[in-house]
Amino acid sequence: MQAYLKLDHIDKTFTRGSATTEVLKDINLTIEKGEYVSIIGHSGCGKSTLLNIVAGLTGTTNGCVLLENREVNSPGPDRAVVFQNHSLLPWLTVYENVRLGVDKVFAKTKSRAERDAWVMHNLSLVQMAHARDKRPSEISGGMKQRVGIARALAMEPKVLLLDEPFGALDALTRAHLQDSVMALHQKLGNTILMITHDVDEAVLLSDRIVMMTNGPSARIGEVLEVPLARPRKRLELATNPAYLKCRQRVLEFLYERHSFVEAA
Amino acid sequence: MSMPAMKTEITPVAIPQTPSAAPVVSIAPKRVPRAETYAKMAKEAAVRVVPPLIVVALLLVVWELICRRAGSSLPPPSKVFKDTKELILDPFFDHGGIDKGLFWHLSASLQRVAYGYSLAAIAGIALGTLVGQSVWAMRGLDPLFQVLRTIPPLAWLPLSLAAFRDGQPSAIFVIFITSVWPIIINTAVGIRNIPQDYRNVAAVVQLNPLEFFTKIMIPAAAPYIFTGLRIGIGLSWLAIVAAEMLIGGVGIGFFIWDAWNSSHISEIILALFYVGIIGFLLDRLIAGLGKVVTRGTAAN
Repeated sequence: MQAYLKLDHIDKTFTRGSATTEVLKDINLTIEKGEYVSIIGHSGCGKSTLLNIVAGLTGTTNGCVLLENREVNSPGPDRAVVFQNHSLLPWLTVYENVRLGVDKVFAKTKSRAERDAWVMHNLSLVQMAHARDKRPSEISGGMKQRVGIARALAMEPKVLLLDEPFGALDALTRAHLQDSVMALHQKLGNTILMITHDVDEAVLLSDRIVMMTNGPSARIGEVLEVPLARPRKRLELATNPAYLKCRQRVLEFLYERHSFVEAA
Repeated sequence: MSMPAMKTEITPVAIPQTPSAAPVVSIAPKRVPRAETYAKMAKEAAVRVVPPLIVVALLLVVWELICRRAGSSLPPPSKVFKDTKELILDPFFDHGGIDKGLFWHLSASLQRVAYGYSLAAIAGIALGTLVGQSVWAMRGLDPLFQVLRTIPPLAWLPLSLAAFRDGQPSAIFVIFITSVWPIIINTAVGIRNIPQDYRNVAAVVQLNPLEFFTKIMIPAAAPYIFTGLRIGIGLSWLAIVAAEMLIGGVGIGFFIWDAWNSSHISEIILALFYVGIIGFLLDRLIAGLGKVVTRGTAAN
């Protein structure tokens, strides 16, 4: 397997005063170009910390992140993030929110008109072109998240990082957006790393599911290949034995071998 | 302060106006097509306008009754109007020196406020950003600010007169030093409260520090900054009147002091009315500006 994104022996320890907490221990993961990888685990296991490390928003204690064999340790548009709570800037319109990133990334390579067209192109990819002049407060949660995805896509990232992107949405909107993300992945072939705590979502969307043990000192407990052909159809999968088997494996991991102690 | 002043102006107007508010309500329903909308608008306007008019009229009547007696130390509203009629009707005369119409006095004061307040806004936002952004700047500067901001505006005046050796820059300095603290402190709070999410977005997009300042910090902290600016403009208007009483020359503060020295009590009351109205308008101006600038930010 050719490593496109490589997490190499990552440890992360948080120090507050004299107390140190080891959050992540010896995380090794390689991701191929175009692959869709999900990281699943109970809350508090450090999966968001792991994503922040890949994004460069948090530093590592040991180990490093390699993207195309080059170490990355600061944030950048090559690893665009779709944040859980959309994080759109409320004083900018939908268009301006996407344009902000586009203007920085393509400052030298695209003309003004090209950047404008590129913003609109990305908004149409997520079916949000009609809302270009609306402000985030004027659109629904699902729409905000679509704009968040458009903003990330518009930076043409090498790896798209999704931090529980559908966590704050209702079930119907979530399903709708999952389908959109699948379609986009199909169409654009992005490399995607997604954090989730939803087993169905992980199995439906991913090529591989990385299951993390409980923290502190969370490790990668198991990596599961999802042998389902794309494009995947939500309704057909419901009765697909391979799908059910994957789902079963993840559930077993999460609720039998590494059940969340504090959850009860 | 502005209460007796308000009475002066409204004396001649208020009494005929109170009944005239009623016809507005009664005329509107006569129109058939958009009658209901007009009636509603008129009603809303009446609800807002009528109660304060009644209160002001009542106060004027009480004032008139109290000060009408012979030997009263303060003039009744009717006398105030009679005495200051010329000043009200012709605010633009200029007989040289400090014998000028009220317009010139007010514009001189407003000019000083404009200079001092603009400097305070620039310095306040810059320092507030520094203190809000850097923990070390906060630790170093915040105690200093907390002490300095409690010094009364006029206490700075002798020191600034000693430093500048001239009334004009001293007055501007007093305005500056009075209004800068709330701007600094509110800006710092606003900057400190910028959500981590916005910082993460800026980091991923790789905004440089200048872009981060103009595109993230200022808009995100704008509601706080405008709170500081609004307190600041109120304080500067308070300070200018006091400072001008001491430095002399053209200005509404000195006009009041001069009127006192010549025992023109009616003129003082008129000036107080103008000071109150202009202070109110300045506050509305900054509030309105804030509303336009922070549109969208508050409602997340």
